Amino acid sequence: MAKAHEILDAVTIRFAGDSGDGMQLTGNQFTQTSALAGNDLATFPDFPAEIRAPAGSLAGVSGFQLNFSSHEVFTHGDTPDVLVAMNPAALKVNLEDLRPGGILIANIQAFGDKNLERAGYLENPLEDGSLSAYRVYPVDITTMTLNAIAGVGLNQRSAVRSKNFFALGLVYWLFNRDMQHTVAWIESHFRQRDPLVADANLQALNAGYNYGETAELFTHSYMVKKAPIAPGRYRNITGNDAMALGLVAAAELSGLELFLGSYPITPASDILHFLSKQKHLGVKTFQAEDEIAAVASAIGAAFAGGLAVTTTSGPGIALKGEAMGLAMMLELPLIVINVQRGGPSTGLPTKTEQSDLLQVLFGRNGECPLPVVAASGPGDCFDTAIEAARIAVRHMVPVVVLSDGYLANGAEPWRVPDMSTYAPIPVEFETNAEDFQPYRRDENLARPWAIPGTPGLEHRVGGLEKQDVTGNVSYDPANHEHMCRLRAAKVAKVADHIPPTAIFGPDEGDVLVLGWGGTFGAIRAAVDHAHAQGKAVSHVHLRHLNPFPNDLEAIMKRFRRVLVPELNLGQLAFVLRGRYLADLVSYTKLQGKPFREAELAQQIDALLEGER
Amino acid sequence: MSKYPNLPATDAAALTRKDFATDQDVRWCPGCGDYSILAQVQRTLPTLGIPREDYVFISGIGCSSRFPYYMDTYGMHSIHGRAPAVASGVKALRPELNVWVITGDGDALSIGGNHLIHALRRNIGLKIILFNNRIYGLTKGQYSPTSEVGKRTKSTPMGSLDYPFNPISLMLGAEATFVARALDIDAKHLQEMVTRMAAHEGTAILEIYQNCNIFNDGAFAYLTDRQTRPQHELKLEHGKPLRFGPKNEKGIVLDRQMRPQVVEVEAVGEDALLVHDETNPTLSYLLSQLVHPDFPTPVGVFRSIERPSYDAMFTAQIEDAKKRKPGKTVQDLIEDAHVWTVE
Ligand code: SF4
Repeated sequence: MAKAHEILDAVTIRFAGDSGDGMQLTGNQFTQTSALAGNDLATFPDFPAEIRAPAGSLAGVSGFQLNFSSHEVFTHGDTPDVLVAMNPAALKVNLEDLRPGGILIANIQAFGDKNLERAGYLENPLEDGSLSAYRVYPVDITTMTLNAIAGVGLNQRSAVRSKNFFALGLVYWLFNRDMQHTVAWIESHFRQRDPLVADANLQALNAGYNYGETAELFTHSYMVKKAPIAPGRYRNITGNDAMALGLVAAAELSGLELFLGSYPITPASDILHFLSKQKHLGVKTFQAEDEIAAVASAIGAAFAGGLAVTTTSGPGIALKGEAMGLAMMLELPLIVINVQRGGPSTGLPTKTEQSDLLQVLFGRNGECPLPVVAASGPGDCFDTAIEAARIAVRHMVPVVVLSDGYLANGAEPWRVPDMSTYAPIPVEFETNAEDFQPYRRDENLARPWAIPGTPGLEHRVGGLEKQDVTGNVSYDPANHEHMCRLRAAKVAKVADHIPPTAIFGPDEGDVLVLGWGGTFGAIRAAVDHAHAQGKAVSHVHLRHLNPFPNDLEAIMKRFRRVLVPELNLGQLAFVLRGRYLADLVSYTKLQGKPFREAELAQQIDALLEGER
Repeated sequence: MSKYPNLPATDAAALTRKDFATDQDVRWCPGCGDYSILAQVQRTLPTLGIPREDYVFISGIGCSSRFPYYMDTYGMHSIHGRAPAVASGVKALRPELNVWVITGDGDALSIGGNHLIHALRRNIGLKIILFNNRIYGLTKGQYSPTSEVGKRTKSTPMGSLDYPFNPISLMLGAEATFVARALDIDAKHLQEMVTRMAAHEGTAILEIYQNCNIFNDGAFAYLTDRQTRPQHELKLEHGKPLRFGPKNEKGIVLDRQMRPQVVEVEAVGEDALLVHDETNPTLSYLLSQLVHPDFPTPVGVFRSIERPSYDAMFTAQIEDAKKRKPGKTVQDLIEDAHVWTVE
């Protein structure tokens, strides 16, 4: 007889193991299966900077967290309810996050002396009583996997690698999941390439499931029901893939050829990888010799009439600064994507942070304002990329797009957009040779885009100051000031096209939480929670960071307090104070990790308390 | 025919030097070698049969990099050292354009060294003209990466310490498929070199010895003075023996250790001389190592080989991919994943 199951509202689970243990794959499979089961969900992959850190070491621990729920989900969850630890190092690194009373599934085979020592344990934590606050399930995952697939005929080294499928099968049982999606995935990924591995993985998966059902360990399983998700067609998407898709979409909407000049850098490289595979759509990707060449090649492509993009992370932006200034002077459309990571310098390459805002706003020589937009979630990267292209082409200006490591690698179910509902991005290359002036402007202060190959429009551009209208080199003092103001006015004009700011919650009240970028989920969850308690708290999340929306100042004034949470030392707060003389509260964190909902809720409550 | 139906393409056959001159005052110092180079390029382009609108000139920073302002083509005066990278973007997106890079010894070999070597090995169809005057001119006279050791300049009052690049050796080492050298004062030869660059598939680079009469006057005088030139100039011609001298009486042979030697032709006979072969990499490198004053200075094409260009292969990959997956849209791509329906 099948064991009984208990209904849960939402569950957060974290898979953790060595980099080589396949935890990302396991997490992704569980994510897709949960999405198919109708849960709302959010994920957070967390992997080490080292490609192959020593086995069993703390530095080599790779984790994947998933929050799946029967109601709307904004974050990957603060504290896991379930932790699967494939070795002592994984336990050591992740235990502090596990909620008291949470489930710990540990692969006891990996808890030998050597691994314990590598993780810095003097005693075996599974045996010394130190885990009494949790529900501990020691399972010999490795040995049972080897036994289950002994008949397949793989050598020991290969066979051991199927153990993550055993763990996945066990967790599938624990949450009453249908394994069909993963079975099909194993077939399609391994059957052709290596049929023995396909068999081993399938058998390990089933063995894990059956172990849950038959072993005396678990008294019952759990069930998380469907969430009330808006009807429609969905797929999972990571921020990097959505960004890349958004760029391809913008190329289609504008009729321009997409050109990406890029140099590999964590965590942005996946955009380059994705676009490199889209040659059949005419996408041109150019892996340059360095970050500067990457942006420079994109500037060349923009001059030649392409939808030109360069992708990077913070260190790359530092190198591209001079060229971004050139693009600003040339008044060419260019999209510069910064998938932020922990800094300064090499910093924390695989961890998330929002500490490049001031760099992209101000990090160039001279008066060089640029439009800056930021994505708020993995799926939102798609629309943000399209918006960036729209601004770049409409105003003939380089636009910076901010993403971050959390958005880039995190996945969420994404309502498949219908391209026919997107407005085209109008582009008109100049062809009229009569009285052509390269720096004459239209109502958006944009200059004409006259591309090589057009007879009669031969002209020169460059980084030296331009004479208004003609674009000839000019050292005239009054002209220089005029041009600096003109370029700034052009960027400011972007605000005229920004739609009214959406306010989540009442239009006025006690606390406005004002955020940007990848903190959206945590803020929205905390504010949602505050609403449930009847608090007058609202959330505004900025997509446009330069220029700000025209209505932003008035909105801020309608709230008694404004809270600005950021994963930096208060960069947006700094800008808002300078811009609006605003009295606001900056709340910051710099641990390479996203905000937790609880810490934001606490900040909101503290502000509300202070009001009384 | 024009790509734009409402505009006629320029008739490439009817172009003249004047069509390539802009209305901007040329602002190099009087007597600067740059004038001659500009004139020869403006003279040569109209002879190539390419519509004016298909030319793009990209430069970096330095005296020579003002060049695009004086060429009535599409042009960009970019930032220091980055012109090859900017130009690579132009060429990658629009292989049909004729893209030229104008650079100098500081721009190309110091701040932009990385971009130069990669533009060469990538063979991306750029035509690069490197004005080598062995000095920083625009910043008013500091030593450059091609200045001779011990050079006294504003930044090296006791003489420079670092050894210079041999630009031709560097270009060959970077796997350039066309490498040549010319002198600013030799109008005809310069025109010939520019024509050969234009005809080359892939990246072509030309080093021009250019006199900066303000900060490094006479750096190449041994080679450009009428008196001494014949003794020092070795004109490279494919398939011809390496001869030079006022009466063509000298030649180059290799000794038994593969070391080049200057000999009297009469003494050894012409058959003993090395014969130039633009496709032989060992010989090209050897010639690049013939350095004044021990040897005559080779001028002309060191290397010219056929190798498929990046831009051609890039375009071919795109065409091939389009053939394999025809008629796809972005919507198809968005849905090229596991898609499920929520009722
Ligand atoms: S400084 Fe030298 S290189 Fe520059 S323009 Fe004057 S003469 Fe020519």
